[in-house]
Amino acid sequence: MAINWFKYSSPASFYLLAGKMVPVFVFISVILLVVGLYVGFFVAPTDFQQGEAYRIIFIHVPAAWMSMFLYVVMAFWAGIGLAFNTRLSSMFATAIAPTGAMFTFIALWTGAVWGKPMWGTWWVWDARLTSELILFFLYIGFMSLQAAIDDPRRADKAGAIIALVGVINIPIIYFSVQWWNTLHQGASVSLNQAPAMATTMLTGMLIMVLASWMYSIAVILKRTRVIILERESHTAWVAELHKKGAI
Amino acid sequence: MFMWIIKRDLLLAMRRQSDVLTTLFFFIIVVSLFPLSVGPEMNMLRTMAPGVVWVAALLASMLSLGRMFSNDYVDGTLEQMLLSPQSLSLLVLGKAFAHWLVTGVPLVLMAPVLGIQYDLPTDALLVLTAALLLGTPVLSLIGAIGAALTLGLRGGGVLVSLLVLPLYIPVLIFGAGAVEANMAGVAFDAHLSLIGAFLLVSIVFAPWAAASSLRVSLE
Amino acid sequence: MGGYGLYVWGSYVVTFICIAGEILLISNRRRTLEKQYSHIEDLDNNETKNETTS
Repeated sequence: MAINWFKYSSPASFYLLAGKMVPVFVFISVILLVVGLYVGFFVAPTDFQQGEAYRIIFIHVPAAWMSMFLYVVMAFWAGIGLAFNTRLSSMFATAIAPTGAMFTFIALWTGAVWGKPMWGTWWVWDARLTSELILFFLYIGFMSLQAAIDDPRRADKAGAIIALVGVINIPIIYFSVQWWNTLHQGASVSLNQAPAMATTMLTGMLIMVLASWMYSIAVILKRTRVIILERESHTAWVAELHKKGAI
Repeated sequence: MFMWIIKRDLLLAMRRQSDVLTTLFFFIIVVSLFPLSVGPEMNMLRTMAPGVVWVAALLASMLSLGRMFSNDYVDGTLEQMLLSPQSLSLLVLGKAFAHWLVTGVPLVLMAPVLGIQYDLPTDALLVLTAALLLGTPVLSLIGAIGAALTLGLRGGGVLVSLLVLPLYIPVLIFGAGAVEANMAGVAFDAHLSLIGAFLLVSIVFAPWAAASSLRVSLE
Repeated sequence: MGGYGLYVWGSYVVTFICIAGEILLISNRRRTLEKQYSHIEDLDNNETKNETTS
């Protein structure tokens, strides 16, 4: 029984599929969040060096990883949309951008807040924080370009190009910032790799990473559905769906 | 064909002298503003000079990006270029090269003069000029992608800077880094070779990306 | 929280605000869409009604 996966590449059928998947992912992410926070706050010991402040790691690291991962996924779907002209892939890329930008902002905010007790200042030009800031600009560039173009088809393609150019530049930016950071004030201030991770800390963090994955999938599917509705408002299946009140 | 488009663009640029001069004067004004804001104290200015000159060069070359395609877009010659049998990437490379000649080269020639204003030692001035000579074409090439993407958009000027500035950062880091390394007496050739690498990579990829952006914008 | 309470809870609160904000934004966007559709639907109904009566 060969499942015809391509059936789901059409916005209409994907809309229904996504509708069924969103609650599942929401449920999983809530469960993982509760477990992760429990492990993070009650099971994990106090860090000998940073005391309780290290507990910010349970949102800072997942957010940072998610922000980079989501940009690559966004560029992937944008590339697919550009290459195969499939509208749904471009809609997917457009849906990923805000969530990625949000995670970048959270990573920056929590990184700065974590830096205050550790280094005494809110913002430190540490290589990772700086490249995270530049990643934030890339997201903003992508979203503002798409917002500035009215015709959705051109917006998708233009966004795809800037996303692909951006994804090629991410390693370059990362290494040039790394080089710049070590060149200037030496690695004295940079946040060394997370403090020696006791197992419970690590598991707590990994659960939180999974929770943020599930959350992102849920939110992105939800936003894709809204984008599909916005772009397919003229079609019959949306009107008929609306009549049934099942929007 | 490649030479034709460069000659044509240079001719157009020469007819409108003001475009060339505005970019140059923008560069001079921005660089001269900093001593007024930071104070005339020489040591401070000397350490700031590479960064200030490079940021001003970045902004100046970005200022004139908007005009790279918009004039041809408005009077329709851009469509003819798209339809022509010539490869669009070559045309875009020519346009970016012409843009570099019009905006980049004046900056490179003016930089040493402004460097003296910041009391830079002579070999630092040479390194600054070399770094700018290698770096400004990269700015024009990557800028061509931004200009092509934001063709005909309202608020395109600001949008180009938002798209293109993050991509300029590696060039800025190593450009300013080269001069600082030289002033600190450290070897600076690694920086220059890296900018050279950026230049080669962008010569290969940027025209192709800008050409596909043009096709997207003009469909 | 060993004196770091402000920092730890501060960052968690900000994260929570961002997530809640994102979800609200999407549902708000969806609500305006539904209003739009029902508006279109009413227009269609009136149209058909006028045609039949005249």
